[in-house]
Amino acid sequence: MHIDFFGSLPLLVIWLALGAIGIAIQAFVRNNTRLVFGYYSGTLVITALLALITSAHKGTTFGGMISIGGFANYFDVLFCGAGLLAMFAARPYLQRENSELDEFYTMLVSAVSGMMLMAHANNLLVLFVGIELMSISFYIMAGFLRTNIRSIEAALKYFLLGAFATGFLVYGMSLIYGATGSLQYDVIASVIGENRSQFPTLLAIGAVFLAVALSFKIAAFPFHQWAPDVYEGSPTVVTAFMSTAGKAAAFSAFIAVFAVLMPASSLMTPQLQLMLAAVAAITMLVGNVTAVAQTNVKRMLAYSSIAHAGYLLMGIVANGEAGYSAITFYVTSYTFMQLGAFVVVGILERGNEENLQIDDYAGLAKREPVLAFIMAVFMFSLAGIPPFAGFFGKYLLFVAAIESGYTWLTIVAVVSSVVSAYFYLGLVVKMYFTEPHKEHSHVSPGLAGITLFVTVAVSIVLGLFTSQLLSIFGTWW
Amino acid sequence: MILDYMPLIIMIVVGLIFGVSNIVLAENLGPKRSTRAKLSTYESGMEPVKTARERFTVKFYLVAMMFILFDIEIVFMYPWAVQFRELGYYGLSAMVLFMVLLFSGYLYVIKKGALKWD
Repeated sequence: MHIDFFGSLPLLVIWLALGAIGIAIQAFVRNNTRLVFGYYSGTLVITALLALITSAHKGTTFGGMISIGGFANYFDVLFCGAGLLAMFAARPYLQRENSELDEFYTMLVSAVSGMMLMAHANNLLVLFVGIELMSISFYIMAGFLRTNIRSIEAALKYFLLGAFATGFLVYGMSLIYGATGSLQYDVIASVIGENRSQFPTLLAIGAVFLAVALSFKIAAFPFHQWAPDVYEGSPTVVTAFMSTAGKAAAFSAFIAVFAVLMPASSLMTPQLQLMLAAVAAITMLVGNVTAVAQTNVKRMLAYSSIAHAGYLLMGIVANGEAGYSAITFYVTSYTFMQLGAFVVVGILERGNEENLQIDDYAGLAKREPVLAFIMAVFMFSLAGIPPFAGFFGKYLLFVAAIESGYTWLTIVAVVSSVVSAYFYLGLVVKMYFTEPHKEHSHVSPGLAGITLFVTVAVSIVLGLFTSQLLSIFGTWW
Repeated sequence: MILDYMPLIIMIVVGLIFGVSNIVLAENLGPKRSTRAKLSTYESGMEPVKTARERFTVKFYLVAMMFILFDIEIVFMYPWAVQFRELGYYGLSAMVLFMVLLFSGYLYVIKKGALKWD
């Protein structure tokens, strides 16, 4: 079997570091949280560097099951970066909640390795393994505060509904295998592109089932019901990680799978596009309108993350290079701004669900001017106000949708963006123009300060240097 | 096309009729003389002792997981052993890697005290 060792280095390194060395360290060293934290931070940094080094080396490995180089390596770097930022935020948070166990970092890195496998998959079964590796790690992380009943509820809900979505995924894959005779992306793409499947109906049902399963992972309407409860109940750092990197991973899979399922020459492409456009439109409307009614910041951000899944789906609807690079850019900026916003929530939060209401943010600018400023940057960026990253990401997605003929979808997106400005800016108004209604103790972010610094910096830099960064992105494809 | 499946369809229909009619006839025609023994839970002829709704200790679950660990290992080792010569050094190195990963997980479980049975 053909193995390209150089190109497989990022995957091999993270798997060995996780499965052999990391586990051995945890087995033989006592009181090891500090060591494990450092070890896994190093692992993520090295993996990201290797992904950068091997990015120009495109091809397939492991007998064509895994594709390497290019866009997959870009996503590797994004996942490792998000994982590292989440780890820095997690340490002070878990220490405060008295539940820092070394296993948390193992689960986080194993989720990252699953995401990398999703981006690298060139075969539906490899995609399945990647999705499950990521999801199972998430189920465990969601229930990590194991004495907190909300956390347990989140983990159970996520697990039950996630298992259900996995059923759709596997069933869809089996139908596509039946209709095309292969699980390899390139073979499926050529069969669909030349319309030579003997069972077009089964193929269409399989494609819809894959869309259902992936929509569940990105929390798109009507498969978004789990997201608010799970995101609210999970430890805030876990929510920060899984609502951003998890969504980015699901979109990397979405891009790869739907580039295969929707070639321009295929007869079912227009219907699939229309279906995804409808899902995207309803998702952003439902997400944004429901977010307006929320009084809990975590829940509000959860609905905002649903709405962003809707925006991102526009890039899939656009079905082409422009749409995919718009998704890549927007999912990058979304990862950093949403992760940062959740980390701010995690820093202000106190055990037992305290300081999570929007009213608790009243007068934050007077108590914690730096944190309030950082939160305001994220809110402006999420609302899509220039010069922050969110604006240019949305702009690129809207242009891609218009150029593919979906003007009505762009109108819906603009209207729902206007709705979203109401609650994002509402929080900023609360922080800057109201008086605090109760006494708060001073908070210190600790290591999470690094996360906040990086996320704010990226949210601003991506906005200021968009065109230069896009031309760099162009070389990754 | 559909005629090729005719025997299958007939068999399904006959099977359905046979199964349903047997249940319905037995329910309606058979005499009902219930005794205590007949009404109790079937437990391979043993006397049922207490309710089945009981909580098990989580250690059983861990042992079951360890069993699956080795079960899976064997599932992969048989086909490898059959094709040992054809797969050559590639197969050997893949298998060694696989076993190293499994073994380190096993060590972890032992060290965490999964088999301590207080």
